[in-house]
Amino acid sequence: MSVLTKQAPGAAASLAAGPPGRRKRGTARRRNQRSGYLFLLPWFLGMLFTIIPFFASLYLAFTDYNLFTEPNFVGLANFQAMTEDPRLWQSLKVTFIYTFVSVPISLAVALLIALVLNRGLQGLAIYRSVYYLPSLLGGSVAIVMLWRYIFGNEGIVNSFLGLFGIAGPAWVTDPDFSLSTLIVLNVWTFGSPMVIFLAGLRQVPTMYYEAASIDGASRWRQFRNITIPLISPIIFFNLIMQLIGSFQTFTQGYVMSGGTGGPADSTLFYNLYLYQKGFTEFEMGYASAMAWLLLMIIAIFTAINFIASKFWVFYDN
Amino acid sequence: MALLESPPTSATKPGKPSKQPKQADPEDALTGTRSTRFSRHLILCLVGLVMMYPLLWLISSSFKPSNDIFRQLGLWPDNWDFSNYAEGWTALNQPFHVYLINSMIVVVFSIIGNIFSCALAAYAFARMEFTGRKLFFALMLGTLMLPGHVLLVPQYIIFSQLGWLDTYLPLIVPNFMATNAFFIFLMVQFMKALPRELDDAAQIDGCGPFRTFLRVILPLCVPAMATTAIFTFISTWNEFFGPLLYIQNQDLYTVPLALRAFMDSEGQSMWGPMFAMSVVSIAPIIGFFIAGQKYLINGIATTGLK
Repeated sequence: MSVLTKQAPGAAASLAAGPPGRRKRGTARRRNQRSGYLFLLPWFLGMLFTIIPFFASLYLAFTDYNLFTEPNFVGLANFQAMTEDPRLWQSLKVTFIYTFVSVPISLAVALLIALVLNRGLQGLAIYRSVYYLPSLLGGSVAIVMLWRYIFGNEGIVNSFLGLFGIAGPAWVTDPDFSLSTLIVLNVWTFGSPMVIFLAGLRQVPTMYYEAASIDGASRWRQFRNITIPLISPIIFFNLIMQLIGSFQTFTQGYVMSGGTGGPADSTLFYNLYLYQKGFTEFEMGYASAMAWLLLMIIAIFTAINFIASKFWVFYDN
Repeated sequence: MALLESPPTSATKPGKPSKQPKQADPEDALTGTRSTRFSRHLILCLVGLVMMYPLLWLISSSFKPSNDIFRQLGLWPDNWDFSNYAEGWTALNQPFHVYLINSMIVVVFSIIGNIFSCALAAYAFARMEFTGRKLFFALMLGTLMLPGHVLLVPQYIIFSQLGWLDTYLPLIVPNFMATNAFFIFLMVQFMKALPRELDDAAQIDGCGPFRTFLRVILPLCVPAMATTAIFTFISTWNEFFGPLLYIQNQDLYTVPLALRAFMDSEGQSMWGPMFAMSVVSIAPIIGFFIAGQKYLINGIATTGLK
């Protein structure tokens, strides 16, 4: 607060000193310069707290650090060990299947529902809330636990299938099906990309559709040639954010399997394995190396997306 | 990214859709017959019902005796049983309200930290000119995409050397250092949409940057701060990984850790109490969602936050 009292007379003085104009601006700029950094002070601390660990973890990736003894530099040994680690490959497989199945499905559902909602139906706010709410709950322990029981042997999914005489599999304990329950859970949270799609659809100018329908373009043509190009930046944005989020899934796998990633490592998400390595086996060097591999994977997929976006994402201006 | 650059004022439109239902596609409202409209409602209701069913089933199961839970698909309990709540409340080491209070402590400080530090940073990025502003802004956006696990091991080491394990400090302090780039971004977007004349007027009236920020800009940013607060509430309330890592002492457990402890003591008789406490744990989120819907939906529409 002392800053405040110092600033105020200064401002008054600079005003009184002469006609407002260059001089006033010059002082304002200098003052801005200083206080700009002051405003950013917490952020600078936060950046230090990001940048230092960032490089520290890069260094640790090349060591055998185990939290209790000093780290020894071991070169590429961690990365070499990773190539021979079947559980690492398994965790990559689980994470990739999860991502590449659930992200396209949830984006497609999100877009479809957003398109229907955008037709100007009554009660849009209610529908939107109902669809959006699950995305706030999908990452909570309560819901993942609930999922475990919904898909359990005597859970409601199998009871429901039983009504039609279908004997459902043991969703949670059968390695062939356990991951699919989490894919369903992820699709259940399509509400947040849906709200973003809705906001985008509302910005598509109506005159395009008017012009197109005067020219006799069908609904489908309008969708393909007007809607899709105009909201392609939003599809792209949703895709990137969903991919990054999904690569980092942890809670779902942990809670569903009680922390093991089982049955038979079928829900061993990458970050769950990283956690096991780093914080139950204390192989922190290995865990750091894993974190950097994930960073690379995410960077590569994001880069591919950005390059590919040149061919399908359309920017109006 | 046209969406990202759109000022929040235009994003408020989805908040009041009923007033302009025909804006997006008037042609459709004219040609859409009664029956197509009806079938659309039917599909939307069915999808909504399927989505809500797990939640409704959870709530209804929490009122059923444990033996009934898996026998009944229906949502209306045959035998109302409130004992699950009483039993669940005392099933763990501490009564459940201890965990609720623990979570609340973390949540409240995280909200204060995020609003304070992100608003300060956002004001600097949105309104001030200083050397390196663009570079810092790019750096800030870069951290948006940085997976948190890259920083995990060194941050854990730092916290453990500070003696912060088994305290809430590792969960709270980073929020005071504007580490949530999303919220900075949200507020920058919001502040950029405020007219510059306000700052100029304040300056002419003799306000320095701090007073302009406190007295002029901040009061106008209440919607953006509300969005930040609600999102921080929800994500912190749900946060599982951080507490799992830093909190070992069972008396300090936050709600998600306490719930997980139910699963460890799993047994058929515990289903009812576990579901009851699950309902208790998600009730605040649903409450905040209902109260703050407008801010939430505007928030994700502007930034794409989850």
